[in-house]
Amino acid sequence: MIDRYLTFVSRVSISIVFVLATGAAVLANDDLSFSQAPYESRYYRLINELRCLVCQNQTLADSNAELARDLRLKTHQLIESGESDDSIIRFMVDRYGDFILYRPPLRIRTILLWIGPVLMLALGLVIFVRTTGRRTHSEPTLSTGEQQRLKTLLNTPQKDK
Amino acid sequence: MIPELGTFSLILALLCAILQGIFPLLGAHRTHYHWMNLARSAAWSQLVFVGLAYACLTASFLSHDFSVRYVALNSNTQLPVIYLISGVWAGHEGSLLLWALILAGWTGAVERCSSAIPQEMLARVIAVMGLVSTGFLLFIIMTSSPFARQFPIPLEGNDLNPLLQDPGLAIHPPILYLGYVGFSVPFAFGIAALLAGRLDGAWARWSRPWTLFAWTFLTIGIALGSWWAYNELGWGGWWFWDPVENASFMPWLVGTALVHSLAATEKRGVFKAWTVLLALFAFSLSLLGTFLVRSGVLTSVHAFANDPARGVFILIFLSIVVGLSLGLYAWRAPSVRSTLVTSPISRESFILINNILLMVTTATILLGTLYPLVMDALGLGKISVGAPYFNSVFVPLTVPLVLLLGTASVIRWKQDKLKRLLWILTPILLISFVIGVLWPVFYMPHYSSVAILGVTLGVWTFATAVVGVWSRTSGGNRWRRLRNTPSSFYGMTLAHIGVGVFAIGISLTSAFSVEKQVRMAPGDHQLIGGYDFRFDGVIDVRGANYVAQRGVITVFKDGLPVSRLEPEKRTYQIQQNPMTEAGIEAGLMRDLYVSLGEPLDDGRSWGLRLYLKPFIRWIWLGALLIAIGGLIAAFDRRYRLQSRNRSLSPSTATTPPVGI
Repeated sequence: MIDRYLTFVSRVSISIVFVLATGAAVLANDDLSFSQAPYESRYYRLINELRCLVCQNQTLADSNAELARDLRLKTHQLIESGESDDSIIRFMVDRYGDFILYRPPLRIRTILLWIGPVLMLALGLVIFVRTTGRRTHSEPTLSTGEQQRLKTLLNTPQKDK
Repeated sequence: MIPELGTFSLILALLCAILQGIFPLLGAHRTHYHWMNLARSAAWSQLVFVGLAYACLTASFLSHDFSVRYVALNSNTQLPVIYLISGVWAGHEGSLLLWALILAGWTGAVERCSSAIPQEMLARVIAVMGLVSTGFLLFIIMTSSPFARQFPIPLEGNDLNPLLQDPGLAIHPPILYLGYVGFSVPFAFGIAALLAGRLDGAWARWSRPWTLFAWTFLTIGIALGSWWAYNELGWGGWWFWDPVENASFMPWLVGTALVHSLAATEKRGVFKAWTVLLALFAFSLSLLGTFLVRSGVLTSVHAFANDPARGVFILIFLSIVVGLSLGLYAWRAPSVRSTLVTSPISRESFILINNILLMVTTATILLGTLYPLVMDALGLGKISVGAPYFNSVFVPLTVPLVLLLGTASVIRWKQDKLKRLLWILTPILLISFVIGVLWPVFYMPHYSSVAILGVTLGVWTFATAVVGVWSRTSGGNRWRRLRNTPSSFYGMTLAHIGVGVFAIGISLTSAFSVEKQVRMAPGDHQLIGGYDFRFDGVIDVRGANYVAQRGVITVFKDGLPVSRLEPEKRTYQIQQNPMTEAGIEAGLMRDLYVSLGEPLDDGRSWGLRLYLKPFIRWIWLGALLIAIGGLIAAFDRRYRLQSRNRSLSPSTATTPPVGI
């Protein structure tokens, strides 16, 4: 009984929000309510992963642009209608391309982005092993001519310069 | 008249820089003393002329000379004096002039404080810095003169971007530039050492204090930028992995690796070639950052709006600098003999791991920042690389770093035993973990593994630092040993503690920050984490060059008022863009943060964003400790003992330098 009442109230509030949003009023803060507890954290996570397409490098969460607000409300609506995170992301990418995702998806074009750090770490490991692996402290060996010079220098008395 | 004087000054400065760059270099090569001595006079003359040009620009700002286009774009008659002064570096042209001034300043400082360095070496160092100055002055004069006039002369200038009208942001560029440009000094030392064929411990000792100073300034500059963003941007973020932020962070990471590598080279003669390479990279990344920010290839709120033609100039300059320096490195480095690292368990090998991790982190950030640009340039489509990517690659790389950091104070040079290390460190790690689990569990609202990890790492750094100092000063008169420990050790200890404080701040804030977006009418209450926020309505106020609506929110805890927050929505008279000023109550253990949204239709209510941010100040406190640590290390007596030998090594030495 109570949960049905709450669902009704939340549905009404969302409708009010939609009416106000589509009206002329400029709402920089969307006062959104969520019918289930996990929805709220999912919403905040999603709007922080999606990009505002008309801004200079801001997430949907941080932007005041109209398009950003519309997309936030759309995200909220999709969550409330039971869509999963993946399908919401697919919905956005279908309309706006990979550009809207701040976490680049794993495609052939972006494989270097995700594999790169791992490869570099492996390279680092190789460098470390090679630099510290030499157990013998090798002394440079002198050629016969150099040994002769050494003998001469050691035997003659020291001069200045 | 004054702007023209400024232009003439710049041309004269360019001539001095050219002389400074060419003659001492040739003089060092041919041991021609008069040419080498030219370094000093050319460097100081260049400083005077660049300073004069800068003074002319500042005078144009202070006298509201709107016939100068740059002045009209960045100031107006109602701007407070402090923002007239800081407006000089608000735009591309003026900030480049500041760059040139700071570079000339560092050159003068190197000249002044280097009585112990052989003349040949010093001549080369100043010459290299002169060549860099030449490039920048040429860029300014040819493409970006701040003194360009305009006609007709407007009666009133534009407003300085309201975002920049804040004391924190006013001081942020000069300090950041002191860091960026400061890396030109170890760069110049590295090039000079390569040219001379001397890459010994002495070179490392000369470079180290300069590197530490530059690195300290860069640390403070980045921290200031982050603190400013938190205060000004209205939604409580403090780091966005914005390309411009990354451009300042990458030289810092390489600079950190450089500082550690210099210590190893100085002490044990290891990694000589690696250290030089790091010095070259650090400054190259500084230049790359300059290019990225000004070329117009980046989409960012930070970026200067520019035409691509300027970007081409910097790109050519960057290619020349990086190409020549790497070419010189490839030619000279193979003949350098370093001491070999024989044991994988030693301080130098751990420094190597540390540097490898730092370099991989830098390369990853570089990859992520440039990837969208490259893909777009190749026509492969537009992608975005943002905070989710950077956070997911950054954390796995830096957690091992912080763990490694704990070994720093106890591990021995050359050779150490794994068993001994484990014997000392395992109990500390266990204690850190226990505290890491208990503190968040008992004092924080819900379970978070991030918080446990962060606190564990933080306590780990404190505990190992204390143990390190204790074990170093054990045996005999402890007080005397404490006093005789070189300050570089204390600097290291403090900086490492700073990293721990930073880690605690980040993890607790990201785990336990609360944000609520609500509508409130006057008299409404909102409860967040034990704090009761009461909205008391909005009043109209007037500032020096803006009008604002100021909200008043009173915060109660346990029924008693603890704070009165006053967020504002300002409308600046000239620009007419509304700006939000957050209302913040700062505290060591938590921040209360409120941001004003929009008025709602019923005429009384407003949309508000309320935040509770635990331990967020620890982030900047940690950065401050790191910076102070760097400063303490830079003032190590051993670097200043050199000047006592001044009477023994005359500046016109005729004996060739004996290998040290």
